[in-house]
Amino acid sequence: MRFRKRQRLVLVVVAMLLLSGATALILASLQDSIAFFATPSELAAREVEPGKTFRIGGLVVEGSVVREPDGTVRFAVTDTVEQVPVVYRGMLPDLFREGQGVVALGKLGDDGVFVASEVLAKHDERYMPREVSDALKEAGYWEEQEAETPQ
Amino acid sequence: MTIELGHFALVLAFAVALVQGTVPLLGAARRDPVLTGIAPYAAVAQFLLVSFALAALVQAYVTSDFSVRNVFENSHSSKPLFYKVTGTWGNHEGSLVLWVWILTLFGAGVAVFGRRLPPTFLARVLAMQGLIAVGFLAFMLLTSNAYLRLDPAPADGRGLNPILQDPGLALHPPFLYLGYVGFSTAYSFAMAALLEGRVDPSWARWLRPWVLVAWLFLTVGIALGSWWAYYELGWGGWWFWDPVENSSFMPWLVGTALLHSAIVLEKRNALKSWTILLAILTFALSLLGTFLVRSGVLTSVHAFATDPGRGVFILGLLVVAVGGSLTLFAIRAPAMQGGSLFAPISREGALVLNNLLLSTATATVLLGTLYPLALEALTGAKISVGPPYFNATFVPLMIPLLLALPIGTMLSWKRGDLPGVVSRLKFAVAASALVAAGYLALFDWRGVLAAFGYALAAWLVVGSLLELAGRIALFRIPIGRSWSRFKGLPRSALGMTTAHVGLGIFIIGVTATTSGQIERILVMNAGDTTTLAGYEVIFKGVTERRGPNYIAERGTFEARRDGELVAEIHSERRFYPVEGQTTTEAGIDTTLWRDLYFVIGDKVGDEGARTVRLYFNPLVVWLWGGLVVMAIGGLVSLSDRRLRVGAPVPARMRAAAAGG
Repeated sequence: MRFRKRQRLVLVVVAMLLLSGATALILASLQDSIAFFATPSELAAREVEPGKTFRIGGLVVEGSVVREPDGTVRFAVTDTVEQVPVVYRGMLPDLFREGQGVVALGKLGDDGVFVASEVLAKHDERYMPREVSDALKEAGYWEEQEAETPQ
Repeated sequence: MTIELGHFALVLAFAVALVQGTVPLLGAARRDPVLTGIAPYAAVAQFLLVSFALAALVQAYVTSDFSVRNVFENSHSSKPLFYKVTGTWGNHEGSLVLWVWILTLFGAGVAVFGRRLPPTFLARVLAMQGLIAVGFLAFMLLTSNAYLRLDPAPADGRGLNPILQDPGLALHPPFLYLGYVGFSTAYSFAMAALLEGRVDPSWARWLRPWVLVAWLFLTVGIALGSWWAYYELGWGGWWFWDPVENSSFMPWLVGTALLHSAIVLEKRNALKSWTILLAILTFALSLLGTFLVRSGVLTSVHAFATDPGRGVFILGLLVVAVGGSLTLFAIRAPAMQGGSLFAPISREGALVLNNLLLSTATATVLLGTLYPLALEALTGAKISVGPPYFNATFVPLMIPLLLALPIGTMLSWKRGDLPGVVSRLKFAVAASALVAAGYLALFDWRGVLAAFGYALAAWLVVGSLLELAGRIALFRIPIGRSWSRFKGLPRSALGMTTAHVGLGIFIIGVTATTSGQIERILVMNAGDTTTLAGYEVIFKGVTERRGPNYIAERGTFEARRDGELVAEIHSERRFYPVEGQTTTEAGIDTTLWRDLYFVIGDKVGDEGARTVRLYFNPLVVWLWGGLVVMAIGGLVSLSDRRLRVGAPVPARMRAAAAGG
């Protein structure tokens, strides 16, 4: 019986150690590896610390896409109220188009330009990223036909 | 007409499932052989009915019957036949039919292969399968019916999302479902054991083959999905810690823990309630995955159409299945008598450590997957948890697991001899040190992490082989006798070694790809040359090509080494007019040692210059190869005679069974 108790004690101690270790890891990494989402209006309204990774979403402004010879792409993202200039070096997703919804992950530079490390477009003709539709709703603008497309 | 018959078959299947889910339970409670005896027949009948329904839907897709709403929305007459068939499960409703079909396939499998199980136990297992089917058939018939007509019938369909028109997708869902729907058997076995109030080594032996089958299919399914993401999405990566990937990975992790804890229960009659709990959790996490993918709470390649009603329904199923089972567990588990004792340093102790690490790792993945959803629901803040989180939490938990693995396999049951095991592993230690030192000296003296990764892989592979060598006393007795010992080894031992070596191969692939990938993004004109990892890459320009249902811009590259042509690589951007979408096909040249992975992007300027993305991915096939070897290990273990119920029954029991 004493043996059984000791066995249980060892198990509990190991399990507690593991769980506290995992919790510590989680807390440490949640500090700096989660990315908040901001709409262009929120960006304009409040200061976002430069150097912090976050995501922005909205529609690509018509006529704003400029492709530079070194492969860098510049465009602006809007929630129909405010605009944020974005610079991205890399390959854009297939469904990236002017006037369409995108979500970009990156950091805000000192010059107010959002430097994206990843750009996601909606992956299907039938809907747009949820963050984007929410951002548009918040800004009081929403493409009705997009919402009503039968699923 | 066929589609109506299919619909009708599903309704019948629902009725059969209701009977299967209730009557055998009553029969088992009353020890009534007539009532319990209908369970296997009901399971087989249900399987046949759902098979017919699935066949009817496939037929509607093949014949492009656009009067069926589901076909209209997800298919097109110009699609190649192969994708018409596989498109059946490329959408929410159709994939649900496949889901239920696989559920009933496992039910029928248990009915057929489990004839020697005790009748009340079998009846209870099948009743549980029946109840799960009741839930999902109701879900299908009430919210996600693939068998509805459109009137008038449209002339042509809307087409299938082009990124799904791919052989990888054709196989990925069936394998994945065979995996996590297969874990329904673990759930049913656990529930039946709780109802019977009997959990013993023979229960673990009955359970093991079903967990093994589900686990090996899930392994292959995840490997296929990862491979598909690698070549189809064009990002050069193989795992993105996307919430949907996580939702198939969590059942895999817990299922792996279950496989190991079932061994302890089978061999040593210990870890009873823990094994039951794992069996329940494995399927619960499968259901959670189903909920996440189908409720529209996630946006991802996998997430199907958004419909809150469906989400609520699956959430309800999840609550009933998990709540019900955990309640039963809470009532019954304390009554189960404790298993046998063991010292912390023993095979059991090592397997417990394996279980603790795997479950803790699952918990971190679960947290990272659900935290953003919970935070948004509670505070409205939108966050995303990406790879940095998982790299910082999941990976550190896996390292002790991998370090302990070869030691654990060599420890003896009950009370292990750690110094003895360590001395038997001295070759593995030496091999790892040699690999690490060799990597640092020859390739990259700063690559400490990579060196550690390779050393870990060497530790796993050499350690597993040493364990095998020890079993057959290699070089200690004449080689011929070692060989005959090898042939006499139980298949489960061979399967274990194979799976663990596969894990080592996987780690090699992961280490090489993570540390050695070279990525270059640049703009190239036709005729331009650049270099990548010692290869000369020449962009030959873009031509146009017409596919069966798309128009492609085809970029051609030549890869040369020392002036000699190594490979001609084509990357395409395909435009699908029906769907109005463009997809990118990466051009990949694969060898055992490296992938050259080239992608063409947008036009830059008017002169035909293109953004291109060039990757050099060392040893990347090892990663999927390792997973396949792991699955083969599962298959070898499955062929073990002991797992066949009835095979080694002692004569006394056989007589008793015949008499009863």
